Amino acid sequence: MSVLIYANTANGKIHKSAFEAVAYGSKIAADLGTNATAIVIGACSDAESLGEFGATKILHANDSKFNDFDPSIYTQVVVKGAEAEGADVIIFSHDFSGKSIAPRVAAKLDAGLVSGAVDYPSTANGFTVKKAVFSGKAFANITINTDKKVISLLPNSVDKSAKGGSASVETFSPEVGAATVKVKEVIKESADLPLTEAEKVVSAGRGLKGPENWGMIEDLAKELGAATACSRPVADMDWRPHHEHVGQTGVAIRPNLYIAVGISGAIQHLAGVNQSKTIVVINNDPEAPFFKSANYGIVGDAFEVIPKLVEAAKAFNASNH
Amino acid sequence: MKILVCISKAPDTTAKIAFTDNNTAFDTNGVQFIVNPYDEWYALVRGLELKEQNGGSVTVVNVGLAENEPIIRKALAIGADEAVRINVNPTDALQTAKEIVAFAKAEGFDMVLLGKETIDYNGSQLGGMIAELMDMPYVSLASKLEMEGTTATIHRDIQGGTEVVEVTAPFVISAAKGMAEARIPNMRGIMAARTKPLKVVEGSGANASTTIANYELPPAKGECHYIDADNAAELIELLHNEAKVI
Repeated sequence: MSVLIYANTANGKIHKSAFEAVAYGSKIAADLGTNATAIVIGACSDAESLGEFGATKILHANDSKFNDFDPSIYTQVVVKGAEAEGADVIIFSHDFSGKSIAPRVAAKLDAGLVSGAVDYPSTANGFTVKKAVFSGKAFANITINTDKKVISLLPNSVDKSAKGGSASVETFSPEVGAATVKVKEVIKESADLPLTEAEKVVSAGRGLKGPENWGMIEDLAKELGAATACSRPVADMDWRPHHEHVGQTGVAIRPNLYIAVGISGAIQHLAGVNQSKTIVVINNDPEAPFFKSANYGIVGDAFEVIPKLVEAAKAFNASNH
Repeated sequence: MKILVCISKAPDTTAKIAFTDNNTAFDTNGVQFIVNPYDEWYALVRGLELKEQNGGSVTVVNVGLAENEPIIRKALAIGADEAVRINVNPTDALQTAKEIVAFAKAEGFDMVLLGKETIDYNGSQLGGMIAELMDMPYVSLASKLEMEGTTATIHRDIQGGTEVVEVTAPFVISAAKGMAEARIPNMRGIMAARTKPLKVVEGSGANASTTIANYELPPAKGECHYIDADNAAELIELLHNEAKVI
């Protein structure tokens, strides 16, 4: 018995969400009295760093045939890794890669899957994992009834600090079938911080009146080290790129800090952001429904308030906090 | 081109979320049910567009009881040719996947389309499970799908960008925003939907692998702490000293 964690990579390095997944899987392994093995697929220059997050062994499938992300091939590698390690619990990050592979692995192993877990499993009564449901409006505790268990962890859910430690890296060369997905091109949307990974987000809506007014939002985001986002109408009017649209039909995020400027807080928008740890709402309408979900609120004109915040953030940064 | 679109029933986006039976069941009282938006707006409509361009048929499948027929009729009104309801009240995605595969494996579909997730359980599980059980390629979170013969060129969302991939039919795709524009059924479609075939098949007896122990509502949000607009700079201090997020 052991715990196997799939650690995804980006641009040849371990991806940020993988460190959290490994920390999560290692804690589960410790609770179950077993070891945590991480599995890395494709080129990766820093696989050994996963040892600092609790993995005691790392399987690295580093053959160049694994460099393209093909969910069916990656599924075979993870399943063979689980067999080799005798893993009963398999962990993924519930991000772009985990959403592609975790369901395939669960189906292959005939294992119950909880996707988007937000907490450690409870083993007091079966093996039960908490996840957000109804677009963040509730949680469900789901019991996995199969011997093999698959969990994908919602990023930014648990302690992801490095604990120190080291791991042995072993080359892993499983036999797999032919590729089914051919990657032709990767289009980078921007070099900036991807929204889904940002711990701080500054978002703005129709209250800003036009795309030419986004400079101050970008300034505030820059001072806070935050990503920028927008509401659906703003994306639909092409004021901002579609990948910035957060909400029910856009991307769902759960940063530590979400600042909403000129967004009224329609239920569909809240569904994408209501799991943010701290929410700040800035709106000139004191009746805006978003204030009901806010930790901090400023009733005022964004064109006066935001420049003041930019100045305050600059002063804050300059004072070496 | 023979297209299968999996549709799920979901509570309307504005539905009040509450639970009954000691927090073990979703309270459907007063809740309006709809076709899961990602299944309807993106998967179904793109399926219909591909059929209109290339010929073929669009079949919708739903795993659920007779109470789901209004949403299945809606999919027919939007333009699907026929519908299949698998008469099982499923407990989880793996059970649903097994039931869909039991029906679909002998039907020779060229592609299986579905939304990127449902808005109730937000699992993002079904597409990958169907693909694995049918031994097909799976492309998740697709925002664009073009067909050239049996070759599909697909744009899929990845971290900070888009990946352009090519797969050969048959395949499974989960659809995200950008795939198509939602269609509103017209009167002709609604009338036609009444007479389109809606076949009911019995389930294969697949078991679920998970059960929902109970639900919880999030802890109530505390009062909003208002800061005077003239003193906006105070917010930065509060975010640092109190919320500890900067």
